[in-house]
Formats: sequence, C-alpha cells, structure tokens
Amino acid sequence: MSSLPNSSAVHSVTKEFLAFVLGDETYALDIMSVKEIRGYEPVTKIANAPNYIKGVINLRGDIVPIVDLRIKFGVGEPSYNEWTIVIMLNIKDRILGIVVDGVSDVMNFEEEDIKPAPEFGAAFDSRYLDGLAAVDDLMVIVVDIEALVSSEELGLFDTVDTV
Amino acid sequence: MDDMSQFREMFFEEAQEHLETMETFLLDYDPEGEPDIEALNSVFRAAHSIKGGSDIFGFKAMTGLTHVMENLLDSARNQELFLTNDLITVLLETIDLLKIILNNYHEEIEIDWDEVESGKTRLKSVLQEAHDVQKEAVQKSPVQEEASELTASDAEDEGFGFFEQEIVDANDTELEDEGFGFFEQEVAGSNDSALDDEGFGFFEQETEEINGSSGLEDEGFGFFETASLEEETAEESQGYGFFQERLETDMASSSPSDQQSKEEIHPSQGNQMPSAVSTTKLTSAKEDKTPVVKGKAAAESKSSESASIRVETVKIDKLVNLVGELVITQSMLNLIGSEAQESIAEKMQTALTELERNTREIQEAVMSVRMLPISFVFNRFPRLVRDLSNKLTKNIELVIEGGSTEIDKNLVEKISDPLTHLIRNSVDHGIEPPAERIAKGKPEKGVVKLIASQRGGEIVITVSDDGAGLNKERILNKALEKGISLPDPLTDAAIWLLIFAPGFSTAAEVTDVSGRGVGMDVVRRNIEALGGRVSIESNQGVGTTFEIRLPLTLAILDGMCVENASQVFVIPLVNIVESIQPLESQIKVMQNRQLLWVRDEYWPLINLEEALYGGQHPVNISESIVVLVETAKRRYGLIVDGLLGQQQVVIKSLERHYRRVKGVAGATIMGDGSVALILDIESLVSSQSLELEEEIDHVILT
Repeated sequence: MSSLPNSSAVHSVTKEFLAFVLGDETYALDIMSVKEIRGYEPVTKIANAPNYIKGVINLRGDIVPIVDLRIKFGVGEPSYNEWTIVIMLNIKDRILGIVVDGVSDVMNFEEEDIKPAPEFGAAFDSRYLDGLAAVDDLMVIVVDIEALVSSEELGLFDTVDTV
Repeated sequence: MDDMSQFREMFFEEAQEHLETMETFLLDYDPEGEPDIEALNSVFRAAHSIKGGSDIFGFKAMTGLTHVMENLLDSARNQELFLTNDLITVLLETIDLLKIILNNYHEEIEIDWDEVESGKTRLKSVLQEAHDVQKEAVQKSPVQEEASELTASDAEDEGFGFFEQEIVDANDTELEDEGFGFFEQEVAGSNDSALDDEGFGFFEQETEEINGSSGLEDEGFGFFETASLEEETAEESQGYGFFQERLETDMASSSPSDQQSKEEIHPSQGNQMPSAVSTTKLTSAKEDKTPVVKGKAAAESKSSESASIRVETVKIDKLVNLVGELVITQSMLNLIGSEAQESIAEKMQTALTELERNTREIQEAVMSVRMLPISFVFNRFPRLVRDLSNKLTKNIELVIEGGSTEIDKNLVEKISDPLTHLIRNSVDHGIEPPAERIAKGKPEKGVVKLIASQRGGEIVITVSDDGAGLNKERILNKALEKGISLPDPLTDAAIWLLIFAPGFSTAAEVTDVSGRGVGMDVVRRNIEALGGRVSIESNQGVGTTFEIRLPLTLAILDGMCVENASQVFVIPLVNIVESIQPLESQIKVMQNRQLLWVRDEYWPLINLEEALYGGQHPVNISESIVVLVETAKRRYGLIVDGLLGQQQVVIKSLERHYRRVKGVAGATIMGDGSVALILDIESLVSSQSLELEEEIDHVILT
C-alpha cells in the first residue's frame, strides 16, 4: 500500500496547451478546444455589437464571430496585418475565433505546474484563469477559455433567454 | 430482436395514423343523413388494422378495445345499427383512450386496465342501448334482431376469451384452408347488398358456434382473429397470411379465385422464412391505408407499396442544407462567369443559365419534400370544436378552407399550439351562447372559420368567428387593472394588441376551456418565434378575426441586396414596397427628423448606418436610394448607398455560433464567400422612431 507514495505525481494528468501572445504577455489555452489556426481576414461588421467583437466570417458555411481579445482586455495594439492570427475555437459545440498577436508554442503542463494566480497581474479577471505556469524564465498565464468565452461579460452567447 | 423493435415503431406510427383516420371519418359522419357505408368501411378497416397489428405485438389492451369497437362498426356498416351522435361521441372517446394506450405501450408505461375495462363496458352498454332503442323504433326482421343481440352480447364478451382458445386450434394447419374459404365466402356475401342480411346473420351464427364448441368454422375464424407473437413463427405467418387475405377480400371480393391462390402461398412462405412474416405485416398495413383513397383499385395494383416511403427528417434537413450550399456555389460561379474571356463568354453564360435553372429546380424540389398540407394541423380542430361546443352547450360550426395549402414541416408542428389557443378562444369567448345570439338576431349556429392561403412568400392563416367581437371597454379596464401601460394614441388596432400582454384575460369567469390569460401572449410569442406576425380585426357584435402571417419556409429567402458604407445587406423582398431616388422637394422635416413625401403619405426616414451601428452618419439623401419597407406594424424608408440586385439567399443562423442581434434576422453567404447580414425590418427601428411614426399616423388621421 505504502510502496507507491508518489504515484499521484508520477501519473499526474499532463495536458497540452497552446501558447499565444497578446502584447507582451504569453497566454495558454487548452489545446483540445482549438479547432484550427488561420490568418486574419476581413470580417462583416455586426450591428449592436461591442467593439471587441470584430464581426463574423464564413467558415465553410458556418457564420462564426471573431473576437479581438486585445481590445477587450486592453493589451497590445489591435493592428491587423498578414501576421495577425485568429485561433478558431470549438467550445460547447459553438465555433468562434479569437484574434491574437501570435501563436508561440504547444506546451505540456502537469496539474501541479499551474500555480494559482494572484488577484491582479493579468489583464483577465482571475475568474477566467486556471493559474500561472513557469516555462524557464517565461511566465505563462493559463486561461480557462471555456469560462471566458461563455461568460456573460463577453456577451457572445445568448444568456438564458428562452423566448 | 432488433427487427422487431423496428416494426413496433412502424406499428406505432401506423396505428396513430389509423386512429386519426377514424377520427376524421367519424367527425365527418352525419348521423342524420343516409348512412355513409364507404366512410363506415374506412373506419372499420382502420379499427381492424389496429386490432390485427396490436395483437401481433401482444398489446392486449388495444386488441380488446378495438375488437369491441369493430363489432359496433360492423353492425353499423351492415346497417343494423344507426350511428347516433351519442354513439359517435363514445367512439371518439374510445379513440382517445386508444391513443393513450398506444402511447403507454410506446413509452412502456403500465396500462391502466380499469380504464380499458370501463372503456369496453361503456362501448358495450351504448351498443346495447342503441340496439334496444332502435329495435323498438324500427321493426326489423327476426334475423337481424338475432344478429344484433349477438353482436351486443356474445361476440363482444367472448371477444378475448375465444380467441385465445383459437390460438390453440390454429396450430392445426390442416383445417386452415377450409376455415379461410368459409370466411371469404362470408365476406363476399356481406359485401353483396342482396345477400347482406343473410351474410351477416351467418357471420354471427358462426361466432356463436365458436363460442359453443369447436368446429370447422372455429379454426377459420380463429385464424382471422389471431396472430399472436407468442406463438411459433409458423403460426404467426399463417395467422398473418390470413389476416392479409381478409383485408384484400374486404377491398375487392370480386376476384375470389385470385385470393384463393395467394392464400396457398402465404402460409408456406411463412414456414420457410420467418423473417418474411414481418415484411408481410408491413405490406398489409400499408395496403390497408390505400383503399381510403383509391378504393378497389388498390387491390389490383400491388405497386401502391412503393408510392411513398418514410424518411427520417434528419436526412431531409441535410439535403436542404446541401442545396443551400449549392445555391451559394452557383452564385459564386455566376460571379466568376461574368469575368470570362470573350472567346468562351457566351458558352459560359449559356451553361451558367442552365445551371441556375437546374439549381432552382433542385431547390424547389427539395423544399417541396419538406412541405406538408396544412390540413395535418387543421384536421384536429373539428374534434376540438365539437368537444368544446358540446361542453359549452353552444352550437358551433367549424368551416375549414385551404387545407391543401402547403407549409414547411417545421412550421406545421409549431403552428398547432397557437392555432389551438385561438380556436378555443373563438369558441369560448367569441361565439355567444345560443340564446344570446337569437336575441341579437343572429343565426343560432355560430361559425368559426379557419382559412389558410398562400400569398406571395407568405402563408396567411385566419381564425375568424361571427361572435360578439372584442369589448374595447373591458380590455381597457382590464389593462388599467393589471397596470399595463396603454398605447398612445389609442387606436383600435393598438387596443386589440393589448390582449397579447402576459396574464391578460377579459373573460368574466374562468372556464376550464380558456380564460386564464396564459394563452394569448404565448400565441404571439410562438408565432413571432417562427418569423410570423399576428394581427387582430374586430367589430363589436359582428366578430373577431385573427390573421397570422408566416414565412413559407425557414431556410431560403428572396431578398434585395443593398450596399451601405461598403457593406452588403439583404432586405427581405416581402417587406419592400418600392425603391426610389428621392428628390430634394420630397424631403420634409418634422421635429428634426426627416420624412419623405411619397404617394400621398409621409414615410419616416431611417438611416441604415445609424440604425445598426448608432452614432451620427449624415448622408445626402438626394444622392442616396430610399427603400420603402413595410411590416404589419411599421413602415418607413431606409436610406442606403445603392441597390445591388435581387437574389435568393440561404438564411444562416447567427445564433448558432453567436447570439441574436436586434435588427438582424440572420446572415447569408454571398457569391464571393463573404457574409452579408439579412435585415429584420420589424426590429431594426428603435421604439423612438416608432413613436414618431405613430405621431405621423395620428397627424394624418386628425
């Protein structure tokens, strides 16, 4: 029984994360929610939408919204050029794209690599953060992308409105 | 037994249809007129199919009930019993009970046997009563009387008992042929009017004999009645084979020799391949349906089986989606084609025109697969009105017109509830009690009309009654009482719309039919959720009319593409009155808002850019295009930069991946792959501009 005291550490769940850059900060999100990565293309503006919702695009017949996290959280400069990247996410059976400054790497973190985030420090509200992880000298902010995307604050989905 | 469950599903669907058929025929049946033998035959066949089918699956509750029903119907179609209004009511109640039982079996819920028994008893007692009464009234021949009595008592009571006994006998294959032969003969007799009485009498006697002892007839009858799954497959198939024969005999007893030969084939088939049993089963159920329409022709052509197939809606939906993509690809090609080089331009254009036509035809064909006649919904209302008017002791006739108008399947399912509410409302609140009607000098019989028609891209359904009409005073008082803010100005139309407010009911007393005020706001919500609109017209003492307008389909729309601030928008063609390039002199200003004077009317002008994105975007109107648009509630002129042309667009939902956006009905994909928003004319304008609009109405009126 006591022969394997560290079994939990050895078999700890390793998850893969996609690291992306917003301004000077590096963020990471669960790679399982990533559908594809593509370049920024012109969008169709939507009426009555906040400024960080750039509009919608045609993704092979689906009309999907594009959100610029840089505008929403005030990090980096919202510029659009040929290097601007859109990460297409598939969350709760819905597709959306988030505009980021760049995609850096795929990283492996174990659960205990991710330390709780302090209340301040990241542009994101700590509700939407899983925590912080250190890769060499770099601090990576691990985002709970599902919580962020479905949050009321972002207003991407209709709130419980069954009319 | 996966196959079995599949056939069970089949049975449930078909039984449901049979029950509906029975209901329809019974509702149409005129108890006072000449007995309609054809209708009675149809009802009988439906009851019989349910009995046969339910027995195969061992649904004893259904078999028992339908058996009693069948007896009653059989005497009716042999003209020994006249269907009175009371009898029809009991039959309809039995159908309701059968529906519940069917559902219970489907959901595998415990059957309420007490209910079943009481249903049976009720049927039997009315049958007995009717016989007693009618026997006294009409002096019948002794043969008939005897037969009637038997129908009422022996045959029914023993219904179940004897046929369990039969199953045992049925194992004896040697006697089959005789049994059947006998039976066929009997049916042939009963179809022949000259031999009618004897034929029937014989049949009854036969039943008696069965009850008493075993005999040749015994087996024959047993086979016909039985096809129990618990039995060996062989018996099943034989039983089944007979069952089918019986149906055919019914349809066309003119060719007995033909059936004789088939009869020989069926049992042997069943013996060899058990799987064939199920197939035959399906065949019979289908064949049984056809005669309702085609009569005897059905028996002649076996091909009727392939006349229709059941397809899962998911498959059709997929087809519709794919066609949508095809439409987009086609307009993409059109765009490329217009850039073609001189040398091939003409050929290209011809091919593209061809493609366009084909695409449109495919699209129409696929859409038509989803279209159902609206009678699917309407057919349930005669029953509703009948029951309600009985309950309320009002004399009401329901007139249905345009039942063949086709409507998208999705709409069919969703329009049923709102219509039910409106009809209940008309029956309960609209039509006055008979005494009141007479006092007012109206005919005693109230009329509720349900009319469907297609107008352009819309389906218009009206529910109207010739009742008291809406009471303006009562509505206003109620609104004040409930604290509902009153519209300003108080036009009639605005007052009528108050009844759609949640919790609104003006009925003096709440009946169990309606009056709790939950209905009307749900009605409007449901209709608007379908992209439809509802409006009311009412005249005190003359009646009320509800008009529902629905889009033909939810998937594709004819639209006008317009350009504004280098973005493309689609305006639904149904909303467009006309597009004009206004002259400076036509533009007036009122309260700092611009109005356009066209066709002797003032149209408020809405700047599309401002309506969608807010802010100030001054435009030089005389250099823009104004699209005059109109909905049930609003009309205004929309200022845009230019028109791009008319096009069919596939509606894509924004809510699928985003959320609902005010002023936008959806999005579509243009030929170049870009996304264009489809405008929702109704919700595009804010309430502010609406106020102005009403003021204008007011100005014009005063």
